[in-house]
Amino acid sequence: MKILVCIKQVPDMESRFKPDSAGVWYSDTDLAFRMNEYDEYAVEQAVQLKEQLGGEPEVVVLSVGPDRVVEALKKALAMGCDRAVQVQDPAAHLKDPWQIASAIAAYAKGENFNLIFTGLQSQDRGSAQVGVTLAEILGIASVTTIVGFEYADGSVTVRRELEGGLKARVQLKTPALVTCQLGLNVPRYPTLPNIMKAKKKEILTLPVGELLHEEARSVTASFYAPPKKSGGIVLEGDVAVQVDQLLDILRDKTTVLR
Amino acid sequence: MKTLLIAECREGKFLDTNYELFGFADKLGATSAMVLVGRQDDLPAFAGKLYLADAAKFGEYNPDLHKKLILATVDQEKPDYIVFGHTSYGWDLAPRVAAALKAPQLSEVVGVADGGFELPSCNMKMRRTVKPQGTPVLLTLQGGAFPVLKPGGTPQVVPLETAGEPGVNFLGYEPAVAKDVNLSKAEIIVSAGRGIGKPENVPAIAALAKALGGELGASRPVVDGGWVDHAHQVGTTGQTVSPKLYIACGISGAIQHLAGMKKSGFIVAINKDKDAPIGEVADVLVVADVMQFVPALTAKLGK
Repeated sequence: MKILVCIKQVPDMESRFKPDSAGVWYSDTDLAFRMNEYDEYAVEQAVQLKEQLGGEPEVVVLSVGPDRVVEALKKALAMGCDRAVQVQDPAAHLKDPWQIASAIAAYAKGENFNLIFTGLQSQDRGSAQVGVTLAEILGIASVTTIVGFEYADGSVTVRRELEGGLKARVQLKTPALVTCQLGLNVPRYPTLPNIMKAKKKEILTLPVGELLHEEARSVTASFYAPPKKSGGIVLEGDVAVQVDQLLDILRDKTTVLR
Repeated sequence: MKTLLIAECREGKFLDTNYELFGFADKLGATSAMVLVGRQDDLPAFAGKLYLADAAKFGEYNPDLHKKLILATVDQEKPDYIVFGHTSYGWDLAPRVAAALKAPQLSEVVGVADGGFELPSCNMKMRRTVKPQGTPVLLTLQGGAFPVLKPGGTPQVVPLETAGEPGVNFLGYEPAVAKDVNLSKAEIIVSAGRGIGKPENVPAIAALAKALGGELGASRPVVDGGWVDHAHQVGTTGQTVSPKLYIACGISGAIQHLAGMKKSGFIVAINKDKDAPIGEVADVLVVADVMQFVPALTAKLGK
């Protein structure tokens, strides 16, 4: 069995974001990057499946982006993936979801993966398109938003999360792709021995130009901070003073304080 | 301009949120037709053309056949925009239709901009204006971003059929876990988010809730992490609440959380990040370390 996990490297979401010089995405400077949170669940599920099947499946982890994404790939290798592929693209942020999916599909086509895991969406762009689009290009079944995963004899049974706490049970046959929702499992922390072991694992670099021959179907015209809602009071400074200020406001504006 | 609105039917019911699609079409000044895989006896209040497929035959979640049904309609209607809600149904289905039509898709639209659409990015902290290249354009709309609009009237029903094998097999729904905590009746809710740092800090948040005579709520990450039981979760996949006072402790304000609490009477957010999106809905934003501020507030209330 061959498994592919697609991951993205994103900035810490608590960062302050500033537009880049072109004004179409964030400036990379002063940002700390990490693995997209949804993708950690995808990596974990792939590694759990490998363990369930006695280590037989080969788990390949792939990321599209500039050279910094190798750090995210190394983390996935330390979590238990077998080898990594960097689709090298310093301008990945200018690609639309269709192009990203097309580049991954061009790589995946010849590899005949039985199962593909992706995150539901990225934390920075949040299109939730790349996974499903990849499956459509490859002509394989796909299900999004999974919070439960079981595999037996070429058949995958998942729980899909719907709105309001409802879940749906869905079954599909491999080859298949699933997109992982937060809470699917508990992603492991790489241990020191596994980090050391991961240093010996292969990281293949493929220039995006060899894989991508599709034009963008959407283009970002501008990137900006949303206008602040006016009227909100901001309390800063000493905690004891803030407490008194807040209690004054609550007594004045609400009826709930006894 | 013409929109094709893709409605959702869940557990046999036409969802009220579908009416936000009409609100969006109205904002564009466009005419609308609707596609519904649903039931003949539960139709929308809308006097236009309704392409109706039977959910008993095609299922409520059957993306491959729903894709074919939509494609057949697109062929007849030739819309400029094909519009879904940005829900578990819409984000699952729209990319399949987009791939078949070789058409652009923009996800989680929050506004209409000059020559394009506004999309959120970076966990709602930033926005992008994105311009689609080519037609038709597929859009998924963020819940609550556009007003509910009930056009009224009775639809002109066009029966919709397709054939083929589904790629996935829907086995059934699992009901939501019975809630032993009813947040919808609470007058005060104090919610814990990831910003509280660790599970050992949950009792401090619960203590503030108790001191105020309120209930403990929680955001998704602390429920996923097992810090607080799911019965306390506020948001689209938890409970939707509107207490008189909502205090968000260390909650950054993901859209799924905001959607579940933004109708609260008065909102206080305690967060060390002054730019956190929760600030957009907060009446008071306390910029502080939540684990310093909350115990201090609880102590003061006890006096």
